[in-house]
Amino acid sequence: MSDQGQTNDLELLTFRVADQEYSLDIMSVREIRGWTRTTPMPHAPDFMRGVINLRGTVLPVMDLARRLNLPSQETNDRNVIIVVKLQGTLTGLLVDAVSDIVAITEDDLQVPPDISSDPQLSVVRALTVIDDRMIRVLDLRAVVPATSDEAA
Amino acid sequence: MSEQNDPMAEIRASFFIECEELLEALQDGLQELDDGADDPETINVVFRAVHSIKGGAGAFGLEALVRFAHRYETVLDEVRAGRMTPDSDSMKLFFLAADHVSDLVRACRDEAPIPEATSDELLVRLDALLGDEVEEEEADAADFTPLGFSMSLDLPEIEPELNSFEIRFKPEQEIFATGNEPATLLRNLCGLGTATVRCNTSDLPDLEDLAPEAPYIEWIISLQTEAAEAEVRDIFEFVDGLCVLEITGTKSGDDGDVAPTESIETEVEVEQAIAAPTAIAPVSVPKKPQGTKPASDTEDSGADPESKKAAAPAAKSVVRVDLERIERLVNLVGELVINQAMLSQSLDEAGLSPHSDAMNGLEEFQRLTRDIQDSVMMIRAQPVKSLFQRMSRIVREASAAVEKEVRLVTEGEGTEVDKTVIERLADPLTHMIRNAVDHGLEISEKRLANGKSRAGTVTLMAAHRSGRVIIEVTDDGAGINRERVLEIAVSKGLVPPDVQLTDGEIDNLLFLPGFSTASQVSALSGRGVGMDVVKTSIQSLGGRISISSEAGKGTKFSISLPLTLAVLDGMVVNVAGETLVLPLNVVVETLSLGPDDVQMLRPGAYVVKVRGGFVPLYDLGVMLGYRAQRKTDAGAIVLLISLEDGSRAALIIDGIQDQRQVVIKGLDDSFYRAPGIAAATILGDGQIALILDPADIIAGLGNPRGADIMLSERKIANE
Repeated sequence: MSDQGQTNDLELLTFRVADQEYSLDIMSVREIRGWTRTTPMPHAPDFMRGVINLRGTVLPVMDLARRLNLPSQETNDRNVIIVVKLQGTLTGLLVDAVSDIVAITEDDLQVPPDISSDPQLSVVRALTVIDDRMIRVLDLRAVVPATSDEAA
Repeated sequence: MSEQNDPMAEIRASFFIECEELLEALQDGLQELDDGADDPETINVVFRAVHSIKGGAGAFGLEALVRFAHRYETVLDEVRAGRMTPDSDSMKLFFLAADHVSDLVRACRDEAPIPEATSDELLVRLDALLGDEVEEEEADAADFTPLGFSMSLDLPEIEPELNSFEIRFKPEQEIFATGNEPATLLRNLCGLGTATVRCNTSDLPDLEDLAPEAPYIEWIISLQTEAAEAEVRDIFEFVDGLCVLEITGTKSGDDGDVAPTESIETEVEVEQAIAAPTAIAPVSVPKKPQGTKPASDTEDSGADPESKKAAAPAAKSVVRVDLERIERLVNLVGELVINQAMLSQSLDEAGLSPHSDAMNGLEEFQRLTRDIQDSVMMIRAQPVKSLFQRMSRIVREASAAVEKEVRLVTEGEGTEVDKTVIERLADPLTHMIRNAVDHGLEISEKRLANGKSRAGTVTLMAAHRSGRVIIEVTDDGAGINRERVLEIAVSKGLVPPDVQLTDGEIDNLLFLPGFSTASQVSALSGRGVGMDVVKTSIQSLGGRISISSEAGKGTKFSISLPLTLAVLDGMVVNVAGETLVLPLNVVVETLSLGPDDVQMLRPGAYVVKVRGGFVPLYDLGVMLGYRAQRKTDAGAIVLLISLEDGSRAALIIDGIQDQRQVVIKGLDDSFYRAPGIAAATILGDGQIALILDPADIIAGLGNPRGADIMLSERKIANE
C-alpha cells in the first residue's frame, strides 16, 4: 500500500476503544472480523476474552479495553476483532469500532510524555494528531504478552 | 526441500534419508552383536551399512565422511573375516564410531562444521584395534590425496606382501538391468593395487548381429595387491550371480617393483580397456578424462547405493512421501470431520426422521470419514524404535560422562506413535534418560555394596494402553531420596517448612519449576532446566507424566500420551453455559445424583457413593472458574471417569450433548497453557469448545497444594 521510495510513510489503522482513539501500524494487521462469541478460557487473565474459530484455527482474543485498564464496554454486534500478527503468532484484539486508515510520516509522530504512572502509556509508542484529534499509536509488542512457547 | 528444482539436491536429500535407514540398521546390528549374536549375517549387515554410506558419500564428495567410514569399514571387515573377535571394549568403540558416523552424516547434511577432532581420535582408536595393519590403512588413506602417483609412491615404502590374482570377469545381461557398471568395478579393482586389465572382445559379433542390450565383452585382470582375496571378491559383491567371475590367486614375492610410470600406464590401460567397450556397451559409461583422477580412487563407487538396492531382496514395498503432503491430508480430513459435524447438526435441526434416506446416508458418511481418518493416522504412525535408538546413544554418552556402567533395556520398540509425537518426545526423553543415569543410578561400588549388579539398568518401555501410548523410563537405582527432595524444596521456598507431604507429593515436587536435585552440578544435568521443562513439553503434547519411586529399588517415570494429535472420540457436555469435550475413553458411566449420594469429607471436599465405593466429586464449573460452588448438587448429572492410574473421579456437569469425533486443535499459540485444558475443537456451529484433560484437572485439585503448583506453572507460562 505504501508508495515506493517514500520509506518514511506510515499507514495507521485507527480505531476506538472505550471512546478513546488508538491506532496500529497497518502492516501488523492481518484482517478485521465482526464480533463472534468467544469461548472463555478457564483461569485466564481477565483481559483474555477467550478463543474464537478463525477458519479452522484457534485464535485467542484479547479485550483491548481491559488490557489498557479502560472501562470495558458491553459487547455488541458493532464490535470488531482486529487480527494482528506478531512474531508469527496471530492474536485478535477486541475493539469498539474501526475508524479509518490514515497515512502519515514518521515526522508526524511525537514521543509520548513520560508519565510512567499511567499504565496506558507503557503500551503507547507515540502520539500523533489527525484532524485535531490525538491518536495514540500502540506498541503491539507491549500489548500482546509473549507466547508461552518462549517461556518454555 | 526448498531446492526441489535442483535434481542433484533431490538425489542428495534422498541419500541422506537412506543414510538414516542405514544408520538405523547399523545400530540394530551392533546391538545384536553386543547382545551376543555372532552369525555372519549380522556383521554383514553392519558392514554393508557402513559400506553403503561410504559409497554414497563418495558420490557426493563428502570427504570427511568417506575417510572415517572407510577406516571404520576396514576394522569391521576384520571382524567379518573372522580375524578379529570384538570384546566389550571394541564393541563400545564400534558404537561410538557408529554414533560418529551419524554425526558426520548430519554435519554433511546440514553443511555444519565437521567434528574433525573426534574423527581423528576415534580413528586412532579404531586403528589401534587393527594393530599391525595400521600402516596399511595409512596407505589407503593416502588414496584421497588427488595425486595420481600417491599409490605407487607409497607402495614401495611399506613393502607389503603382494598377492597376485587373475580375475576373469564376464558380465551377464542382468548386470546392466540392475544398473551396475563394469567400469566402476574395474576402477575399484584398480584401487586395490596395480592392475592390468585386458579386454577380450572375441565374442563380439558383427555390428549387424549385435544385440544392443547384451554384454559380449570379457575382462581379464591381473591384479597385484596387498588385499586378500576376500577383499577382491567384495568388489564384486553387488554383482554376485550377475556375471561370470573367476578369481585365481597366487602369492607373489615380487613386491617393490612398481614404478610410478608403470602405474600411469596401467591407468591408461584401464581407461582404454573400459573405453573400448563403452562405445558399444548398452549402459552409458561416463567417460572420465584420463589422468584427472587417480585410478586408485576406491571411493568412486557412486553406483553402490543403486546396486545395493538391486541386490537387497524387496522385503516390503515402501513409498517415501513428503511429510507436508501427509500433513495436508491430515488437515483436510480434519476439515472433513468438522464439515460432517456441521452437516449432521443441520440435518438434525431440519427435523428429518432418523430413518430417512438422508440420515442413513449421513451414517454411512460418518463411517467412511472415520475409516479415512484411521487410515490417514496410520500413515503418520511410526514405531518408536528410531527414538529409542537415539536414547541408547544418550545412555552410552551419559554413562561414559559419569563413569557408571549402564545397560539400556528397551521394550515395545514396535509401538507406533504419531510422528510429531516422536519428534517432540526426543528432548524430554533425553533429559529423563540423563537424569536416570546421573541421579537415578548409584555408582558401581555402592550398587555392589547394596547387593545389586554392578551395572545399572535403565529400561525404556513403550506400549499402547487404553487408547493412549505409555512410555516408561525406569531405573533400578536408589530411588528418590525424599528427605533430600523435601529439604531442597523447603530451602528454595517452594513449599512451606512445616508442610506435611505424602511420598507421592514429595516425588511430584521434582516437577516444580526451579527445582533441581543435582547436589553437585555435573556435566550432564544441573543446567538449570529441570523436570518442569520435561513436564511442560509432555503436556504440550497432550500428555501427562507421573513418577513413582521405591527406596533402594529404583524410580519410574511414566509418560502417557494420546495416540494421535489430530482426532479424539469425545463426549460433548454442557457446563455453566459452555460446551466442553471430554475424552470418551475416560468416561465410565453417567449418573444422576440423589440427595443422599453426596457426603462431605471435609469442608470443600466431597465424595459420592457409587455402588458401595466412594469417589471424589468435583464440580467442573467451579473447577474451571465458570461459576461459584452451588449449595446443593442433588439432581446434577455426574460423569464417572477412570484414569490410567486406576483412580476414579466424579465430575458434575449440566448436561450431555453428544458423543462424537472431534478434531483436535492445538492451543500452542495461545498465550498460556490453561491447566486442565488439553486442546480445543471446533463444533458443528463453528464455535470453539475446549477439550478437557480430566486427569490434569484432578491432579491439580486433588491435592491441596495442587492449585499452587498450577499457579506457578501458569506464572512460568506467562513470563
